[in-house]
Amino acid sequence: MLKQVFKRPQKGRIFYESLIREIEELGLKSLGIIMFISFFIGGVIALQTALNLDSAFIPKSLIGFAAKRSIILEFAPTFCSIILAGKVGSYITSSIGTMRVTEQIDALEVMGINSLNYLVLPKVIATVCFYPFLIIMGMMLGIFGGWLAGVLSGLFSGVDYIEGLQTDFKPFLIVYSIIKTLVFAFLIATVPSYHGYFVKGGSIAVGKASTQSVVWTTILIVITNYFLTQMLLT
Amino acid sequence: MIEVKNLHKGFGDVKILKGINTNFHPGKTNLIIGQSGAGKTVFLKTLIGLHQPEEGTISFDGRLNTEFTIQQKRQWRQEIGMVFQGSALFDSQTVQENIMFPLKMFTKQSQKEMLDRVNFVLDRVNLQNSNTKLPAELSGGMQKRVAIARAIVMNPKYLFCDEPNSGLDPQTAIVIDNLIQEITNEYKITTVINTHDMNSVMEIGEKIVFLKDGKKAWEGNSEEMFKTDNESVVDFVYSSNLFKKVREAYLNETK
Repeated sequence: MLKQVFKRPQKGRIFYESLIREIEELGLKSLGIIMFISFFIGGVIALQTALNLDSAFIPKSLIGFAAKRSIILEFAPTFCSIILAGKVGSYITSSIGTMRVTEQIDALEVMGINSLNYLVLPKVIATVCFYPFLIIMGMMLGIFGGWLAGVLSGLFSGVDYIEGLQTDFKPFLIVYSIIKTLVFAFLIATVPSYHGYFVKGGSIAVGKASTQSVVWTTILIVITNYFLTQMLLT
Repeated sequence: MIEVKNLHKGFGDVKILKGINTNFHPGKTNLIIGQSGAGKTVFLKTLIGLHQPEEGTISFDGRLNTEFTIQQKRQWRQEIGMVFQGSALFDSQTVQENIMFPLKMFTKQSQKEMLDRVNFVLDRVNLQNSNTKLPAELSGGMQKRVAIARAIVMNPKYLFCDEPNSGLDPQTAIVIDNLIQEITNEYKITTVINTHDMNSVMEIGEKIVFLKDGKKAWEGNSEEMFKTDNESVVDFVYSSNLFKKVREAYLNETK
């Protein structure tokens, strides 16, 4: 399957049009949910950390430090990717699966079009290119959400939080997070595409394939996350 | 001309096509008929290369499709037009985009040339002023006409239609039948239609291939179909009282 997907597109202009469409469908339309969830989860992480580090011996700046690490290392790349696997994965499987059961993929093949390349490659490129931006935005909003939660609740001051953010800042952790995101983006595009492309039956089969694709993408993200963490951070 | 020799196709242990021999001539509407499960769709999909035959050959104007190079196969694909049973229009694209798609993909025409060609084929299928509509906004008959327009936009040498009348009312079905026949005669296309609509068989069947249990049980034209004593054909075609009476009247008239 991947060999067919990564062949050179038959017509550059059509590929470019598809790519723009997929960036909009898979990327821009996910911006809202990622921004919303990141902001509130960032706030919750900061509040939970503040409530659980209730000791005079622990500096308040540790709250900012812990929130930063949690958001950059795990929440933004992994948690957001799992959310995207649900939202985007089910969309990819159902759209390709519907094309399969309504013979639209057969129509492409009869015309002499490499349907895997035409349907899947723009999705892979769109997710791999766009999701790092999405995740970085998630990081920023999560951290901002944490700051705002602290300021509004009075559990810690903005100054302490910002001090924590600046403490022991390692740019490699951002790189690590982006590497993970690239791998997860690839999984989010390919696993649901596979489930949609090879679906057999009717609308119920497409529904089942959508559910299966989300489950499998999530499982693969979690397993890959473990191995990537071990490879890159130990 | 399409020549089919000893065509076999199965899926696992289930044999669907069991040694079909026939040919389809250019400029004629060739019909494949038979009961559900007789192997009509598998036969059609094998002809257009969506299924690989297990045994036997299919030649297109003397060119064996099993011996095509990648370049020849690409060329051959562009000589084929296909109307699918459910129309198979790309539902995210407008009528114009659907029809323009093969032109964009395989030609170097300018936008204006492509648009002219799209309007020409839309005019040919009597579907003017529908360019900006989405397939979901069209009736079943209109969708079929868009599918025909898309199938003929590249000037195909071979046109394949999988049950083009399914789900249509009798009046629209006749319009679609006549349209396919007109296009076939006008452009001298080799047209192969898979159907079990007996009206189509009687109206446009210039050559009819009757399949039963994956084998060719009979072939001939619609006139010969009236006269045939082939038991399988008589049982299938004249199972309705209406057609039985039509046949009797025809036979009495020609006595």
